[in-house]
Amino acid sequence: METGFLPRAGLQTLLDTLLDAGYRCIGPQLRDGAIVYDALAHAEQLPRGARDHQAPGSYRIETTDSSRHFTWANGPQALKPFLFAPRETLWRAERRDDHTIHFVETLNTSTPLAVIGARACDLAALRLQDQHFLEGLNADPFYRARRKNLFIVAVHCSHPADTCFCASTGDGPRAEQGFDIALGELDDGYLVQSGSDHGAAIVAKLNLSSATEAQLNQVGKEIEAAAKSQTRNLPSRNLREALFANLSHPRWEQVAERCLSCGNCTSVCPTCFCHSERDDAALGGENSEHVREWDSCFTQGHSYIHGVTLRDDTHKRYRQWLTHKLGSWHDQYGRSGCVGCGRCIAWCPVGIDITEEAGAICAGERHD
Amino acid sequence: MTSPQLPWEAEVVEHVQESPTIFTLRLRFTDPEQHAAYRFAPGQFNMLYLYGVGEVPISIVSDPEDVQLFDHTIRAVGRVTQGLAKLEAGDRLGIRGPYGKGWPLELAEDRDIMIVTGGLGCAPVVSVINYIMRRRDRFRRLVIMQGVKHTDDLIWHSQYEHWSEQPETQVLVAADQGTALWPWHVGHVTDLFDQVKIDFGTALAMMCGPEGLMKAAADQLLPRGMKEEHLFLSMERSMKCAVGLCGHCQRGSHFVCKDGPVFSFADLKPLFGVRGF
Ligand code: SF4
Ligand code: SF4
Ligand code: FES
Repeated sequence: METGFLPRAGLQTLLDTLLDAGYRCIGPQLRDGAIVYDALAHAEQLPRGARDHQAPGSYRIETTDSSRHFTWANGPQALKPFLFAPRETLWRAERRDDHTIHFVETLNTSTPLAVIGARACDLAALRLQDQHFLEGLNADPFYRARRKNLFIVAVHCSHPADTCFCASTGDGPRAEQGFDIALGELDDGYLVQSGSDHGAAIVAKLNLSSATEAQLNQVGKEIEAAAKSQTRNLPSRNLREALFANLSHPRWEQVAERCLSCGNCTSVCPTCFCHSERDDAALGGENSEHVREWDSCFTQGHSYIHGVTLRDDTHKRYRQWLTHKLGSWHDQYGRSGCVGCGRCIAWCPVGIDITEEAGAICAGERHD
Repeated sequence: MTSPQLPWEAEVVEHVQESPTIFTLRLRFTDPEQHAAYRFAPGQFNMLYLYGVGEVPISIVSDPEDVQLFDHTIRAVGRVTQGLAKLEAGDRLGIRGPYGKGWPLELAEDRDIMIVTGGLGCAPVVSVINYIMRRRDRFRRLVIMQGVKHTDDLIWHSQYEHWSEQPETQVLVAADQGTALWPWHVGHVTDLFDQVKIDFGTALAMMCGPEGLMKAAADQLLPRGMKEEHLFLSMERSMKCAVGLCGHCQRGSHFVCKDGPVFSFADLKPLFGVRGF
């Protein structure tokens, strides 16, 4: 597929074309010191020259004089909340006067949504969420309705954060697949590539000139440099054996002494899918909503059954999170559950670093 | 499309009190078409919904061929089950299911069978014992072994006595603490394995109850020649969705709700007995 060139001012044309085609647009914006994804109608709403300084336990945005919109890596969330809603009603029970109960579907029709600025790691995480919510024994109709209506404009990463390690997991920094359109940012515009029929239809309306050899080289060089600049990594793409061979490693106790069991890591992780279900009864008692909400394996309630909490301390919970994400995921989804986005490192209040913990546990002497 | 998690309304036809805290709800779907279409296998479970309070996974104890009603034996321990305990004939609740994989009853045919259970009257294996009793000629010897803490914990006392009188059937019960008139063993259930008369090499075992007890039983059965692929355990984990989505029941490479709740020992072995999984 030929790559086109969109001058910077053309970004608004892309947005308008998507809006005209019936999409609601969502894109990154700088808010309260972080990149967040929200309704986007004007290209000026995008961040400009923003750089994210991320480190264990810290996230800070600096504004540089670059005129580019995508000089940052990521914020606490990207695609996940738009497909797997943080809270939603699965069904409603209505009780009539004769005490019969009626169950009512609450699945609404979903509207087309275009998300601008998804990263390669976000696409890899989306692929895993698709596997979980759509390709198992029971597809989730809520996720499916929104997924069918999703249009993705990815942007290759040229400015990874210090916490990023997508090159090590094989998920970035170039967006390779799973997008409708992919953009490569240059100082004066974007290289545009379509990745689907829907994407091609939108690109066709933009009347792009062809990208030059020099432009292609520039974007390629920046992506390559982005990969090289990453310093963190996981010891291997498959740590399943190594983790389960080290269930008694002293490092689990050490990390548990620092971990607050707050669940921040699971809530920012783009692949975590755990949720809880509960019932919200109306005050008058005439109906009750059955609601699902994001949950975390770090909560007390997650493993509670018949008066017993299976994972009754932080040690067991941290070990659960890591052995599932980097271990059992291989059995369940054919790959690790980590796409190297680094969010869990930056948003952990005490700065626990998944790459350091995995490294310490999987390297060296076995403790099984 | 219909949500796979939308319950059906069901009606309590009868509430049977089995012990002060254990009760059986005999149920029927209020929609006759749903009731007629409903099929399950022993060892599978339903999600029971108490109006306005929530859902709990409970295994089905009745026989799959008893099409009039289906039964759930429940222990009142949490908010939902304590509420379910108050339901009487005519009351309504929600049911969705059946979920999961049940007992390997085809594999069990023409073999000696060992049933091991512990704790408070374990409903999943009672369904299988009744299933075998009603189709006795398809199976060989049957050994029923149950361990309880206190003699009071054994519900369905008379049923155990009845079973012990059946041909080719051995009933072995142990209570950690005995009382006067207790007809069975006082001590640990593991004391009883020497009395078991089955062909261990070909026999099939089905167990449920506390994992400690199942582990102790496996440690007795495997050295006697039972195959790991013939040893089946019904596992319990926290469950919210029952359809493999919520993650609560994840254990190693499985989701207990859809890959289980019945697993072979061979499948469970890697993490069996490791606390926290
Ligand atoms: S585990 Fe951490 S680095 Fe890996 S995908 Fe989740 S949040 Fe990102
Ligand atoms: S690792 Fe960090 S973010 Fe995750 S639960 Fe522990 S303290 Fe919270
Ligand atoms: S109960 Fe939700 S995944 Fe098994």
